[in-house]
Amino acid sequence: MYLLAALFLPVIGFLLCLTVFRKAASSAFAVALGTSGVAFLASLAMIPEIAQNPTKISQALSVNWIPYPPIHFSIGADGLSLWLIVATTLLSLIAILTASKRDGQFFAWLLLLEAGIVGVFSAQDLFLFFVFFELTLVPTLFLMGQYGKDSGRSTSSAATVKFFIYTFAGSVLMLAAITYLFLKAGTFDYQNILLQVQAGSFRLSPAEQMPLFLAFFLAFAVKTPLFPFHSWQADAYATAPSPLGIVMAGMMGKLGAYGLLRFCLPLFPNAARECAGWINGLAILAILYGALVAIVQPNIKRLLAFSSLSHLGFIVLGIFSFHINGLDGAAYQMVCHAITTGALFMLAGVLEDRKGSSDIADFGGLASRTPWLATTFLVAVLASSGLPSLNNFVGEYLILQGAAFAGFPYAAAAAVGVILSAVYLLWMYQRTFLGPNPAEDTADLSGNETIAIAPLILLMIWMGVNSGSFMPLQSAVNQKILQQSKMNVEFRVQVPAAEAVHGN
Amino acid sequence: METNLMPSAQELLRFLPEMILAVWAVLVMLWESRHDEHGTRPGMASFTLIGLALAAVASIIGGFDPGLAFRNMLVVDSFATFFRLLVLAIGALAVMTSSPYLRERNAEGGEFYSLLMLSMIGQSLMAASNELMMVFIGIEISSISSYVLAGYMRDDKRANESALKYFLLGSFATGFLLYGISWTYGLTGSTNLNEIAAVLGNADIAPDSVLTGAAAALILAGLCFKVSAFPFQSWAPDVYQGAPTPVGAFLSAAPKAAAFATLLRVFFTAFEPMADRWLPLLSIVALLTMIVGNFAALWQTDIKRMLGYSSIANAGYVLVAVAAHSTLGVSAVLFYLAAYSVMNFGAFAVVSMRDQTELSDFNGLAKRQPMTAALMSVFMASLIGLPLTAGFFGKFYIFKSAIDAELYWLVALGLLTSAVAAFYYVRVIVAMYVKPVPEDAVELAIPAPGLQAVLFVSAALTIGFGVFPGWLLDWATRSSGLLR
Repeated sequence: MYLLAALFLPVIGFLLCLTVFRKAASSAFAVALGTSGVAFLASLAMIPEIAQNPTKISQALSVNWIPYPPIHFSIGADGLSLWLIVATTLLSLIAILTASKRDGQFFAWLLLLEAGIVGVFSAQDLFLFFVFFELTLVPTLFLMGQYGKDSGRSTSSAATVKFFIYTFAGSVLMLAAITYLFLKAGTFDYQNILLQVQAGSFRLSPAEQMPLFLAFFLAFAVKTPLFPFHSWQADAYATAPSPLGIVMAGMMGKLGAYGLLRFCLPLFPNAARECAGWINGLAILAILYGALVAIVQPNIKRLLAFSSLSHLGFIVLGIFSFHINGLDGAAYQMVCHAITTGALFMLAGVLEDRKGSSDIADFGGLASRTPWLATTFLVAVLASSGLPSLNNFVGEYLILQGAAFAGFPYAAAAAVGVILSAVYLLWMYQRTFLGPNPAEDTADLSGNETIAIAPLILLMIWMGVNSGSFMPLQSAVNQKILQQSKMNVEFRVQVPAAEAVHGN
Repeated sequence: METNLMPSAQELLRFLPEMILAVWAVLVMLWESRHDEHGTRPGMASFTLIGLALAAVASIIGGFDPGLAFRNMLVVDSFATFFRLLVLAIGALAVMTSSPYLRERNAEGGEFYSLLMLSMIGQSLMAASNELMMVFIGIEISSISSYVLAGYMRDDKRANESALKYFLLGSFATGFLLYGISWTYGLTGSTNLNEIAAVLGNADIAPDSVLTGAAAALILAGLCFKVSAFPFQSWAPDVYQGAPTPVGAFLSAAPKAAAFATLLRVFFTAFEPMADRWLPLLSIVALLTMIVGNFAALWQTDIKRMLGYSSIANAGYVLVAVAAHSTLGVSAVLFYLAAYSVMNFGAFAVVSMRDQTELSDFNGLAKRQPMTAALMSVFMASLIGLPLTAGFFGKFYIFKSAIDAELYWLVALGLLTSAVAAFYYVRVIVAMYVKPVPEDAVELAIPAPGLQAVLFVSAALTIGFGVFPGWLLDWATRSSGLLR
């Protein structure tokens, strides 16, 4: 029930902002703030019900949308999607709060993006999932196109086209794979398919699994992005307007990671395990390459883009470790990274707002002029680089542990990425905030901005010290996913000897 | 045995839509004789629309009583009714778009509407023909009027080129078709689709398969020209670009839909017994059509030309569903043709609002005409195949039917080319929303009410079919059974 509010309030807000309040920017802002605020509260209200039984999908709605092929508008949430939905509504609210000076259309598209992302996390019908997955492209296209800013070499029109083509092309084959699953299983309903798998009435041979897995994987790898598919990311993040950057960097990458965890592991266990080796290799490459390239970036947003590439590599590594620690770490890190990156992008937006540019060279010594900005930025930077007692540490540690079970070299290589992340983030911080006092005065965080950043900072600390309030819900679902991805292996192929050591 | 050559009332009723159109075409011509110079013809467009509405009503009534007519020459089944209504709907959109377009150029004349209706008679016949000779007559009626329509702006060099090209290549293709028909007649002793199928299906009397293959190939070549499939696609962009924009819109939708109807009818009835021979060929043609259309469209800077190549690519998608060779595939064809007609017509209608059709002329349109730009974005989104638009479900049904038929490679490659297509469509959106308004931009006039109606109706249908595709698919599925 609450999920319906979290999904449809933004849609209502979108329609209002696009039609009635198109010209009235301040009323549109109020509408956007109101709808996304209530949506956030609604997503919080989902917690008690799901906390009781995190592995059960708490179904909010399931109506027949299209009679043939039977597609249901079926949405629901469990412990894995819950925190992602909460993070989405929170980041969208914050993004709207920081965008107070924009016009009605801007809010409309942001709200549609929020609805689309919530829809992806809550869709229980594979077709509906695909619809939402693609639908997130539309608001992003207009936000990037209409409000994007040229940044250095990357023009906003080129970045928009690149982003759109990459992500669209990545996901077309997934639709074919989903259709194939439908024709085999007779339903698009994901839980139904899983039940059929469990009952043994629906089986995919390893030869079938591989192309289907690759079709899903390609879509998610582009969206995440994973190493060779990442080239849209830096341009997109650098030219996107800052409020969009918060949602995009915070949540959009998680769409891919969520898809990998939610669909690829339980549906195609054989193929997933078979490919785990090279996927982990790609993840390591993403971690190291992203970190190394981030070091030399002259622009804060581009640096954050490559830092995201590196951090999302961790998440993929955790998922494909096939160990409960890795999965838990990945699920937790999805939320943590959303919070930290959202905060960093928001603060980068504040910096850009002050100087009209986000090139690091334009800043320096800001700490004395803007103590609050500097402090919050420092907390976010430290969280992002994995300082113990802040949130990212928990996720990264668990991922490393999971990766060590999958193969020690993975963990060792990934740990280098942790060190590098401290290098590029702290060096960026030093060049931006430390150094000689600048001549001109710069405004510190405004009231709105303080309200926007405060919950994120609090969450970074809370999630860092008391992961017990968040992780058990995810972990319960991860256990189930791991079980599903193992059970099928027993069903279909001989479990390799090594599996007995690593698998448990 | 005495045979009564007079058609019965029932048969006449089944032929009523074509008769209404013919009478209306003549009435419009008579009305035109009261005017001398081309200019504006108040009321004529509305009068034409009334005729189309009557014909639509007649088609629906005829559809309630399916059966054969005129000694098995025509077959009026739900399939034919679907196409008749589709063609009439496209024609109505064309009339509403043409009227302001022609008035602006001081070129409105009765013969335009008359030709449009004559062309639709041909297309209705094509959809309802049960006989190769009727197919030929239908195609000729449709084509000859289309040639004239393409060159309607007779002082425009481009339009002349367009008409001449269309005429020469079209006649060439009809030659193929006619040659194929005569071979088929020679081999099977019949031009009736069911009788041909009976002969081909009977191993005892079936003629040499190489010769029938050649006959089928000739007919296929003729029809491939009409649907602008590879390797007979090269005329399409030239013709659509040169023809008056509303005519281009009409030509890229109605004759193509009718040609697909004929293709389905002829190959799924007459040549059905040798399906395993022509299906692989059709798959390859579909693939190459998608590739050629989509990749050639990438380099276009003129929107009309781009839409021309896009229509080639879209013909390729439809051919994928034809190659699936199933009832599901046929219903996917019908759904996609209806979806494509509205979204494509909408896009053409936007383009028809101005003379300049370069992509750069659309720069910053969102600031100058926000509503038009928003509607154009809807049409482009649908052509890309984004969810919640007609194009998305159209493509989904097409590729689903192909996966059903286990044409995996065709599905994978087809979907990848449709991702390529996203590039040139999204460029239009980017031009409208991202690029700045050119400095020498002139004030744009508010579009005429008829044109606005076309835009809103097309956009509403594009989104309507995309959000609730159920009823259109339902109708398409009910219409997909061919009466044999």
